[in-house]
Amino acid sequence: MNALLGIIHRDLLLVMRRKSEVLTALFFFVIVTSLFPLGIGADGALLRKIAPGVIWVAALLSTLLGLQRIFSADYADGTLEQMVLSPQSFVLLVAGKIVAHWLVCGLPLVILAPIIGIQFDMDAGSLKVLILALLLGTPVLSLIGSIGAALTLGVRGGSVLMSLIVLPLYIPVLIFGAGAVYANTVGLDISGHFSLLGALLILALAFVPWVSAVAVKIAIE
Amino acid sequence: MWMSPDEFFAMGGYALYVWSSFGVCALILLIEPLAVRARCKSIVKRLKKEILADQLDKEGSK
Amino acid sequence: MSQKNTLSNKRFMNWFRLSSPMTFYPVAGKLIPFFWVLAFLFGVAGLWVSFFVAPIDAVQGQGYRIIFIHVPTSWMSMFIYLVMAGWAGLGLVFNTRLSSMMAQALAPIGAWMAFMSLWTGAFWGKPMWGAWWVWDARLTSELILLFLYLGFIALQASIDNPRRADKAGAVLVLVGVVNVPIIYFSVKWWNTLHQGASISMTKAPAMAQTMLWGMLLMALALWMYSIAVALMRVQAIILERESHADWVRQLGEVKS
Repeated sequence: MNALLGIIHRDLLLVMRRKSEVLTALFFFVIVTSLFPLGIGADGALLRKIAPGVIWVAALLSTLLGLQRIFSADYADGTLEQMVLSPQSFVLLVAGKIVAHWLVCGLPLVILAPIIGIQFDMDAGSLKVLILALLLGTPVLSLIGSIGAALTLGVRGGSVLMSLIVLPLYIPVLIFGAGAVYANTVGLDISGHFSLLGALLILALAFVPWVSAVAVKIAIE
Repeated sequence: MWMSPDEFFAMGGYALYVWSSFGVCALILLIEPLAVRARCKSIVKRLKKEILADQLDKEGSK
Repeated sequence: MSQKNTLSNKRFMNWFRLSSPMTFYPVAGKLIPFFWVLAFLFGVAGLWVSFFVAPIDAVQGQGYRIIFIHVPTSWMSMFIYLVMAGWAGLGLVFNTRLSSMMAQALAPIGAWMAFMSLWTGAFWGKPMWGAWWVWDARLTSELILLFLYLGFIALQASIDNPRRADKAGAVLVLVGVVNVPIIYFSVKWWNTLHQGASISMTKAPAMAQTMLWGMLLMALALWMYSIAVALMRVQAIILERESHADWVRQLGEVKS
């Protein structure tokens, strides 16, 4: 447990020293969502309709941007190898890094989303569902994304490659997350969507840190 | 069941769709093995050159 | 050891010895023509049934015959992904190079099958349902499967170290295999939620016996084809990756 908290603390500290990397991902989220009205037109009804999808897609893309950092800095200076060799469970360390990534990239998205939602003229009920769905969904995005980040460590063109690999795996989260908000607007039951999001989260929490740890070890050998 | 070759090629009006489907697939199924064969041949060519280069090296250094 | 002994020993030890690229290369060479013949025979039979035995459909006329290439390619794209995952998993667990090479050899074939499925699906959809592309659950899942194939191929192409590429690819395809049912389920869910906007392609013509036979024969033809091309490609991969080895230099086609 100490190791877990320790690594979360360390990663957060490192992020604080280089805030720009994280802030750029968040600005990307804001900018991308603003592009859609500019591209489609300011029709209020249309924007309200596409808002959940747009916000979710932007969240996916911003998470991908932030994921480039999760292992690469430590890989570059050899710290990652030290972590693998250390007596602490490497799976726990990887889990800690993912938690730190979510705190820094996912949680701010959850906080920013309602503001973007208001830009798209979403009503309060939809905003509530959006926030809850993102709260469940963004950790899954961080988790699944970490596998892609680990597999493409140190590979040339790694960031684009990572997106190609990870985005198909993100699709279920996108469908259930955006679908929950959409279902809410048309008055359908959203409990199914949330149970599925929850199930994805539990599955991911159980398996992904181990898979990512294996992937990192493959990259380091 | 086909009264004439013309009827067969016309496919009851769906000629474009049926033949485009089967045609493109036939093309892909033909080109893929040819591409693999070409890949094998180029590897063999490269290996032959390397062996020749090695031989010449050996003879040169004698 | 006497001649008799080595022969009987060979039969028992066969499978493990086959896991060496050196021993497998000539075996592959001998198997390839055999599978081409099977592919040709099944293909001719399948096309015969598709075009000359299967009757005209009441609703879709002659256009429904696309089903005889669309459905088999879809089946194969999914089947090949599973087989690829199996080989990659074996390579990861047992550390055998050849298993990973088989996975690498199968990937482009599966990707082309997925592409053909999408292409024929579009050409079937246009006359029948009026649109080149429908966000039908199965077509959408097929598209995502194509992305998974492309991701695997891209990952292997980008990693220089072949052993690392093997293992990383294996992790990716195994994660993919677990995700395929999840993705399919989620896309089906999405499709039913937005039913108003999309048309279902499950309204295929009712399955007559002959139609099923046609699809099965075509599927078998594609299966034999896939094995043949996979064996051809694995030979190329073996040559590329083992090019430094003596036995490659001693091969008939290289020495001549």
